[in-house]
Amino acid sequence: MAAHSSAAVVAAQTEEPQGPQGIELFLPAGYDLFWSAIVLVIIAAVFYKLVLPQMNKVLDERSALIEGGIEKAEAAQKQADEALAQQQALLAEARADAAQVREEARAEGTAIVKELRVKASEEAERITETARRQIEADRQAASVSLRTEVGTLATELASKIVGESLEDSARQSRVVDRFLDELEASQAVASNKEA
Amino acid sequence: MARPFRPFAVTRAGPNDHLGVLLSTYATSVILAATEGHEGEGGFHTPSISDFFPSAILFEGTIFQIDRLWIIRIIATLVLLSVFVIAARRAKVVPGRFQAAVEYLLGFVRVQIGEEILGKENAKRFLPMLTTIFFTILAFNVTGVIPGLNLAATSRIGVPLLLALWVFVTYWAVGIRKHGLGGYLKANLFPPGVPWPIYFILTPIELLQILIIRPGSLMVRLVANMVAGHIMLVLCFAATQFFVVDSAGTGLMFFGALTLPAGIFVTLFELLVAFLQAYIFALLAAVYINMSLEEEH
Repeated sequence: MAAHSSAAVVAAQTEEPQGPQGIELFLPAGYDLFWSAIVLVIIAAVFYKLVLPQMNKVLDERSALIEGGIEKAEAAQKQADEALAQQQALLAEARADAAQVREEARAEGTAIVKELRVKASEEAERITETARRQIEADRQAASVSLRTEVGTLATELASKIVGESLEDSARQSRVVDRFLDELEASQAVASNKEA
Repeated sequence: MARPFRPFAVTRAGPNDHLGVLLSTYATSVILAATEGHEGEGGFHTPSISDFFPSAILFEGTIFQIDRLWIIRIIATLVLLSVFVIAARRAKVVPGRFQAAVEYLLGFVRVQIGEEILGKENAKRFLPMLTTIFFTILAFNVTGVIPGLNLAATSRIGVPLLLALWVFVTYWAVGIRKHGLGGYLKANLFPPGVPWPIYFILTPIELLQILIIRPGSLMVRLVANMVAGHIMLVLCFAATQFFVVDSAGTGLMFFGALTLPAGIFVTLFELLVAFLQAYIFALLAAVYINMSLEEEH
C-alpha cells in the first residue's frame, strides 16, 4: 500500500503539479467559508424563527388538547357519579315515601273500618231501642185496654156474686171505686218494677 | 482522455476502512493490468481530490465563487427548507402523514440527542441549535448518493468548519456563563481527584482538547467520511462503467458483476453514513455542551 501511495504521490506531483492536494480538503477557501456562512445562517434562521416555534406550538396545542380532553372526561365522570348518587338518593326517598303512604293508607283503612263498625253498632242499637219503645207503647196500650175490660168484667162478676145485696146504688159505687183504687195501686207497683 | 490512476491519493478514515482498501486494491491490480493493454482508450475515471474542487462557474477567484458543489449546497438547502417550512406552515394539531414524518424526525433529535444527553430542561435551550446542525448535515450528506448531485455538500471543509466553530463557541460561552472563565478553565484543565504532578501532562492535553481536538475532530470526521464515501462510490461505478461498457466483449465484463453490486451496497452504506454522521455530530455537540454545563468532571 505504501508503495502505491508513494507512487500515486509521485504521479500527482509529476503529472498534475497544479492539482489540488489532499490537505486542501481541510483548509477552507475564503469563498467556501463565505457561502457556508450564508447558507447556515439562512437555515438556522428558518429553523429558529419558523420551523421549531411553529412545530412546538402545534405540539403544545396537542398536549393541551389531550390534557383538556382528559380533564373533560374526568369532569364528565364526576358528573355522572354525582348524578348516579343523586338518583339513588331520590330512589331511596321515593321508596320511603311509598312505604309511608302505604302505612298511612293501611292506618286510614283500619280507621274507616273501625268507624263503620261503630256506626253499624250504633245503628243496631238505635233499631233495638225503637223496637223496644214500640213494644213498650204496645204494652201500655194493651194494659190500658185491659184495665177497662178488667173493670167491666170484674163489675159484672161482682154483681153476679154479690147479687141483690148490692142493689143499693150508693154501696155499689163505693165498692167499685175501692176495687179500682186497689187495682191501680197494684198496677203502679208492677210498672215501677218493670221500669 | 487518460487520467493518472491514483486510488490512494486520499486514504479512507472510517469504519469501512478495509472494505475500501480491499475494493481499491482489487480494482488496482485489475485495472493496472487492463490499462496496459488499452492504452489510449482509458474510459476509467479515477476518483481524485479534484472532484471536491470543481471548476468555478461564476465569480471565479473571488470569495463569491460559485461552483458545482455550491449549486448542490443551494439545492439541498432549498429542499431542506421547503420540507420543513411546508410542514411548519401546515402544522395541525391532528397531524397528517407528512407532518407525522417530520415530527418523527424532529422528535428523534429532541429525544435521542437533546433529552438523552442534556436532560429535559437544558435540551429545550439548545434544541434549535442541535436540530439545525442535525438536519443541515443530514441534507448536505445525502446529496452524495442522489443521482445528478453525486457529491456530498459537506465534503468540502467550509460547512463542517463553521458548524464545528458554532459548537466550539457555544460550549465555551455556556461554560463561561455558568462557571466564569476561571471556573470553567479550572474545571476542565485541572480536573479534581488527580495527584498534582499529573497536571503537567493532563493540563496541556485538556487544553488541546477543548481548544482544538473537539471542534477539529467534529469537522475532520465529517469531511473525511464524506470524501471517502464519494471516492468509494466513484470507484465502484467508474469500474462498472469501465468493465461493462468500455471493455464490452472481453473477459473483463465479468468483473462488472462484482463492481455493480458493490456500488449498490456502497450507496446504501453511504445513506447510513450520511445519517450516522449527522447523528454523531449533533450528539457530540450535545455532549460537549453538557460537559460545559456540568458542575464536576
